[in-house]
Amino acid sequence: MRSHLLIVMVALAAWIAPARADLSVFATVPEWGALVQELGGDKVKVYIATNALQDPHHVEAKPSLIARARSADLVVSTGAELEVGWLPLVVQQSGNPKVRPGAPGHFEAAAFVPLLGKPTRLDRAEGDVHPQGDPHVQTDARNIARVATPLAAKMAALDPSNAAHYQSRLKSFSERWSAAVARWEREAAPLRGVPVVVQHKAFTYLVEWLGLKEVAALEPKPGLEPTTAHLSSVLETLQRTPARMVLRAAYQGDRASQWIAARAKLKAVVLPFTVGGTEGARDLFGLFDDTIQRLLKGAE
Amino acid sequence: MVKYALLPGAVALALLVAPSAWAASDADLDEIRTQIKELRSSYEARIRALEERLRQAEAKAVAPQPVAISAPLVAATAPSSPNAFNPAISVILQGTYANLSQDPSRFAIAGFAPGGEIGPGKRGFSLGESELVLSANVDDKFAGNLIVSLSPENTVSVEEAYGLWLTAPYGLAPKFGRFFSGLGYLNEQHQHNWDFVDAPLAYQAFLGRQYATDGIQAKWIAPIDHYFELGAEVGNGEGFPGSARSRNGVGSAAVFAHTGGDIGLSHNWRAGISYLRTRARDRAYTLADNAGNDADVFFTGASRVAVADFVWKYAPSGNARETSFKLQGEYFWRSERGDFTFTDASRYSARQSGWYLQGVYKFMPAWRIGARYDRLDPGRVDYGANAATFGATDFNPKRYSVMLDYTPSEFSRLRLQFAQSRTLPDVTDKQWFVQYVLSLGAHGAHKY
Repeated sequence: MRSHLLIVMVALAAWIAPARADLSVFATVPEWGALVQELGGDKVKVYIATNALQDPHHVEAKPSLIARARSADLVVSTGAELEVGWLPLVVQQSGNPKVRPGAPGHFEAAAFVPLLGKPTRLDRAEGDVHPQGDPHVQTDARNIARVATPLAAKMAALDPSNAAHYQSRLKSFSERWSAAVARWEREAAPLRGVPVVVQHKAFTYLVEWLGLKEVAALEPKPGLEPTTAHLSSVLETLQRTPARMVLRAAYQGDRASQWIAARAKLKAVVLPFTVGGTEGARDLFGLFDDTIQRLLKGAE
Repeated sequence: MVKYALLPGAVALALLVAPSAWAASDADLDEIRTQIKELRSSYEARIRALEERLRQAEAKAVAPQPVAISAPLVAATAPSSPNAFNPAISVILQGTYANLSQDPSRFAIAGFAPGGEIGPGKRGFSLGESELVLSANVDDKFAGNLIVSLSPENTVSVEEAYGLWLTAPYGLAPKFGRFFSGLGYLNEQHQHNWDFVDAPLAYQAFLGRQYATDGIQAKWIAPIDHYFELGAEVGNGEGFPGSARSRNGVGSAAVFAHTGGDIGLSHNWRAGISYLRTRARDRAYTLADNAGNDADVFFTGASRVAVADFVWKYAPSGNARETSFKLQGEYFWRSERGDFTFTDASRYSARQSGWYLQGVYKFMPAWRIGARYDRLDPGRVDYGANAATFGATDFNPKRYSVMLDYTPSEFSRLRLQFAQSRTLPDVTDKQWFVQYVLSLGAHGAHKY
């Protein structure tokens, strides 16, 4: 009887505490998951909480997320209030003190990027405003490099035995990334000054990086659904200052984009927005390869 | 710019070389001249290379050194202020307009002993509960949360007030103070997050709308990839179905287990079982006797409630912004055993059950429709020596509800609800509700 109990106990212990040699990382959005994978290689186990077809503002603190946050060594989030509606609850309910905000296992990418689009008026009447600035920093490839260095340092600090591994992968990634950024900028040169309409103000950093010109947004206020009245006023704006294309992220519905594209004779362009958003955006390099190809096609 | 800065250098170099040239021959001078020429052209080449690199670097401005990036961000902290440590504050405002075909003051559920705040509320315009929520970390070990409810009758009640011990071992994060029990699914959610104006009949009949207790709760999430939660709580047990009993020790205890997960990208679910054990002493209520007269009766004894709950949510590719569907249901059993006092005390036992099932469908952004069905089973009630006065009923109270709500932003919601409620035999209450829920202040996170 006692030996049976022992076997059960051992089995239970083995089930509850699986052998973990790897750094377990919980990434809130696909771009940071992909970056952790680039920097960690086979030394990390990455769980990505959302996919590219999900609106990152509207995610629920569902059971699977709580379970994954429970055993994470590191939570990598965007910060700047992008995940304010769910991440604090997931972290709190998981009861994992290692990844609480302020703990060493909590990393916010936006802290390492100069944020744009800081609202001048902090009022909910302005829609879904983010007080610290626009959190969609991953649409500028240079920001990925800005986040990579401190992220690798964080991973090395949490997993010192593999510190050299992370540093060498960071070096290799940074070199490849710099070369890729130079290439993307060359390829995107014809996009400089091209006027565009955006569905949600999700591309502030992309617009800034490639020198596009954002003429209008289809959402009347950030996060609010496009209304007919607002779309009509956008249409009027476009008659005065025509644009070449209307951009939307893969997770957004196409109704408003199609409506304006048909009436203002624009091209509706879907951008992957993050890794996995389109067939071509398989990894971080693919994300920008595909984004720029789609933009060039739209600008033709 | 760089070119001009470097030229004096080249000249200086030439001057340095020059003194040795005074005594030199023409041939030597020629050689020196060619050397200077070479030097100059090699410098110019290097300067051009440098300029090219600078131009590229400016164009790219890629990945400056981490020190350079983070330094200004570290410096950009907010100036200190005594308000800087204020807790996060949010306020919920709500109100209803109700059109009820039956007088709500005569609300009762046949075969069930009521308690707590139950019924459809007031007729006409009425303010709902206004809630004030304050929360913050206390220090490195504790966090605190206070939710005060301001009733339309101008009374204030503490809905929840608890501390969380954040650094407890095994991720237990014990909650202590007053809190909504982790029992079932809907119990932990605040009323303004409900999908219908009022609580399911089963919650009204078995828990007096919502079960809160003063005590300690600990939850443990298994450190595995699959969600598995165990929870236990002990408290004073003063809330319905228990009552205040002026005794030391534990007045009520509850245990619960929940599991859940994802099925593909589009589906996720949670299911659980819970058990609550509490005691009542002289719990007073009004019961209709066999002759139809109201009688004041008292119950003293043990009350046990078991709940099975599940919720399933669907959103295409997990994106709930455009469309989503949520199905939830809970089944309640309650067993009460003890003494029943009308004119004389007698033995009493009751085994009753009830359930509800509801679905809410978001058919386009901001708009949802929902339907709910409630049903209670009076079960077996044994009044002992009082059986002649109070006969058991075989009537099943039930209610059908439908609702339509509009959620223009995360912070506001307007709702229209219609319910046909049959909680007493031969009485049908047609209930119309219009409700608003507004939330101000800190961005609250909604529980699953």
